[in-house]
Amino acid sequence: MIRTLAFAASLLALAGCSEKPQELGANKSDVPAFQGTGSNFTAPGWKPGDKTSWEQQLRTRGQGQNDYAKAN
Amino acid sequence: MARMKFICDAERCIECNGCVTACKNEHEVPWGVNRRRVVTLNDGVPGEKSISVACMHCSDAPCMAVCPVNCFYKTDEGVVLHDKDICIGCGYCSYACPFGAPQFPSKGTFGVRGKMDKCTFCAGGPEANGSQAEFEKYGRNRLAEGKLPACAEMCSTKALLAGDGDMVADIFRNRVVKRNTGAEVWGWGTAYGSKQAGNPPQGGKS
Repeated sequence: MIRTLAFAASLLALAGCSEKPQELGANKSDVPAFQGTGSNFTAPGWKPGDKTSWEQQLRTRGQGQNDYAKAN
Repeated sequence: MARMKFICDAERCIECNGCVTACKNEHEVPWGVNRRRVVTLNDGVPGEKSISVACMHCSDAPCMAVCPVNCFYKTDEGVVLHDKDICIGCGYCSYACPFGAPQFPSKGTFGVRGKMDKCTFCAGGPEANGSQAEFEKYGRNRLAEGKLPACAEMCSTKALLAGDGDMVADIFRNRVVKRNTGAEVWGWGTAYGSKQAGNPPQGGKS
């Protein structure tokens, strides 16, 4: 009985010596931006999850910075 | 879509610091951390030039190369992001970055120098898009909301442009052609040598 307890205790103690995985975070996963956030602050005019519409939305929005397109 | 890029038109920047304020407000960046700042050369002298500087999301980012724990990653759109859960706050990226983009809060897990913080191109981090955890660590994820970075969208003179690299380059190229003062990319002549180097542009208008 005592031997069993001692064995169990030593197993528990040794468990603390095990290592966590140490892989470098080279391929971190991030949800693509075109998937959207689902928030109410999402800009209208595109469909979350549709990459093409997201890219078109950013192009359209980006042209808002082109004041030659707006003023001339 | 090409890569996401910033470009600052030094002929237009009026050093209003609107981009800095927009960034700090949008992401609730803590005191002492400036993801974006305006740099002025020859301040107060006629012909002074200002540019807004933040992480330029380099195609071959030196911060990624030197990070000992490999906490950086790049999105499909070329935005350089990092994982604060992996960052150890060593500061190597700060030494490697030519733009001084990496910032370190004075209080944090690692005592005087906390985990690195930098411009995310308003694209958040590895946490779920738009989640509270993402906001607290990296700020708002505007790209996932179909918007462009707040600094560029708030720029009053549209000096700071952000977005798809091809589109941004087209807008800037069109300006240069319309100004008709030559290829006046600030610093280009100094770096590569030209007849315009060190000389103010002749005529034309912004």
